[in-house]
Amino acid sequence: MQLGLNIENEFCDMNQKDRITLLHGNGGLQSHRLIRELYLKYFGNPQLNRLEDSALLESDSCRIVFTTDSYVIKPLFFPGGDIGKLAVSGTVNDLAVCGAIPNWLSCGFIIEEGFEIVALEKILNSMKEMAEFTGVKIVTGDTKVVEKGNADGLYINTSGIGTLIEGVELGQHRIQIGDKIIINGYIGDHGAAIIQAREDFPIEMDLQSDCAPIDHITRMLLSKLDGVKLMRDPTRGGVATVLNEFVENQAFGIQIEEIALPIRDCVLGFCEPLGFDPLYLANEGKFLMVIDTNEAVKALEIIHSFPGSESADIVGEVVDEPKGKVILKTLIGSHRILDMLSGEMLPRIC
Amino acid sequence: MLQYIDQFRNLELVEFIVNKIHQECPRQNLKFMEVCGGHTIAIFKFGIQKLIPDSIQLISGPGCPVCVTEIEFIDQSIALAHLPDVIITTFGDMVRVPGSKTSLQKERGAGIDVRICYSVMDALKIAKENPQKEVVFLGIGFETTAPTVATAVKTASDQSMRNFSVLSAHKTMPNAMQALLDSGEIGLNGFICPGHVSVITGIHIYDFIAEKYRIPCVISGFEPLDILETILMLIRLVNDGISKVENQYTRSVKENGNPKAREIMLEVFEESDSHWRGLGIIPGSGLQIKNKYRDFDTRYKFKITREPAIEYPGCICGDILRGVKNPVDCALFSKICNPEDPKGACMVSSEGTCATWFKYRK
Amino acid sequence: MCLAIPMKVIRINGNEAIAEVGGVQYHANLTLIPDIKIGEYIIVHAGFAIERLDEEAALETLQIWQEVAEFSQRKSKLR
Repeated sequence: MQLGLNIENEFCDMNQKDRITLLHGNGGLQSHRLIRELYLKYFGNPQLNRLEDSALLESDSCRIVFTTDSYVIKPLFFPGGDIGKLAVSGTVNDLAVCGAIPNWLSCGFIIEEGFEIVALEKILNSMKEMAEFTGVKIVTGDTKVVEKGNADGLYINTSGIGTLIEGVELGQHRIQIGDKIIINGYIGDHGAAIIQAREDFPIEMDLQSDCAPIDHITRMLLSKLDGVKLMRDPTRGGVATVLNEFVENQAFGIQIEEIALPIRDCVLGFCEPLGFDPLYLANEGKFLMVIDTNEAVKALEIIHSFPGSESADIVGEVVDEPKGKVILKTLIGSHRILDMLSGEMLPRIC
Repeated sequence: MLQYIDQFRNLELVEFIVNKIHQECPRQNLKFMEVCGGHTIAIFKFGIQKLIPDSIQLISGPGCPVCVTEIEFIDQSIALAHLPDVIITTFGDMVRVPGSKTSLQKERGAGIDVRICYSVMDALKIAKENPQKEVVFLGIGFETTAPTVATAVKTASDQSMRNFSVLSAHKTMPNAMQALLDSGEIGLNGFICPGHVSVITGIHIYDFIAEKYRIPCVISGFEPLDILETILMLIRLVNDGISKVENQYTRSVKENGNPKAREIMLEVFEESDSHWRGLGIIPGSGLQIKNKYRDFDTRYKFKITREPAIEYPGCICGDILRGVKNPVDCALFSKICNPEDPKGACMVSSEGTCATWFKYRK
Repeated sequence: MCLAIPMKVIRINGNEAIAEVGGVQYHANLTLIPDIKIGEYIIVHAGFAIERLDEEAALETLQIWQEVAEFSQRKSKLR
């Protein structure tokens, strides 16, 4: 059974006259359309069609996990990190959630003419520190400089190679009714911190991005438990989008308990007045995990043993109905459908 | 813990009121209309319709300012944005509203300068920081928002600013509710009245609905406890055969509203006719900038021509806003018109009926 | 329409309050409600205070329902 998105989907009508908009990059429905209708059209192959965070490349002698990600974040320096830290930990995490030990990274820079060397050095230092912390080696790279006015200062692409942990097999095909859903901590921190840093709303908030590697946690879980079925990091598009990716076109659904979701008061204090929803905000130090119900409590204990992960919790389970959908059981006991991100999240006044 | 928010989401109290609603609900089918986008969102977000008996239907009326803003306004905003040295400042949702051909968001790719503001005062700040540019603020919203925009206009005037103006599409509630009732197309048993509009206007603007049309009205807050208590209050009024206006949102709405806010609003704005998307022109339902402040009226500053606007063929936003059709009745819903590519305004705003149906879906 | 949230006033600078919800501090213009004091709760819409929150009325609403709910529970236990 293939992970990923059914190509014969109702939105197969991308207008060729349309321009690319910001929606194509925000991780929501428009992003998925771009992938389905253009990238798969030109590049489709068995590995790519699975549309996982990393591609598993198998030969007789080895099982390699390969991924790539581009980092265009603004601002480049934000509370809790910078583009460099993100470029390493984000790609490490993409490898980790696919069950790999991250080994090597490539690193491509696109730098705007006039960018200050001092700033570049800060970013390189962040990358160095994160690489040392996680044990990955940056082994190859590239640099291009573009004219002033392009690249918002700096864009970084990192591609990562890791080795699949022995015996690990993750995928939607392993998911069963009754499996539990675990998140390793507070959601929405990165998204809220970045929006505030970028938009400069007239508010003050003591909140940092959760930008951090999670490979040490996933490695421990995979070494101690057999029941880990699938993991994914809820970056752009947030927790709601990734949960929908888990169930799309599958013979099961997911039910989430709103009361169990770990959300900081200040993220709620940010979201409520502006009309945002924490379930759609990006996270950069989190992963969602589908785990056998018999191992859920043990998994939680393992995660809790890592400093900074005390807020991890079981937030839902895999259910029989409705198939292919995510249901939220609300704070007041009712139910509603939780879709993936569609449209741009904009602050509303009404 | 969000003070004075979380307590109104208390599970036990909600369950208790839901039980009361089930106990006291009459046998007949009831239709209650809310005319506030915030209520539309809250009802869907908290799954309120699923908690109450099926015999009570909650209908969304024209309460989303983005949804009811006329297409010409969007076209005019886009045209202004293409003029040299113009910065368009706006609240978030207006960026995606489709005009006749395109939207501000789509035109961003072609290089126009559109900036999203949390507050109209952000727009004033942008004007001060860009003295060589003309800053146009898109004034949308009802009586809750108009006083804030009026304050900005007064401030600009007091400070003799030369490069700030407001393109007003502000609308007011009572006449639209009357137009709905006069259209005769929907039989309503009660109104869930907009809580924050009422903070400004006070409770008596709805008296005519209770007196002339014999429909009970309850002014409601926005948390689950508020909306459920409002529904219970409406049920009790229906059961007792009483038609009056009651205030559920007592912690925020005073009987006489906020006179200072109204005074500021009416110093800058005056009543005008207004075009409501899907409802047509409703007399006395809009706010335009008074002559005294015409230097801050975009329509006066720029030569704004009124060209007829084109709705997307098949769009039934009008019927949806009047509460006579549901989003699923629209042939465009979901397949052609969705939040990624909205064709009508009901889909564009996150509080629009179609967007909330798409997102929260019954 | 009209997203507006109750926030607690923690500072006042002239015509502007700094008000807090969930630990996040917002600037709120006080032109429409000028006689606000520190410690009061205000309803904030689009960067403006549009009304003070009547805390007594808020607590009264909650208390009435709490009492009725408890009374009802005691009654059903007795049956």
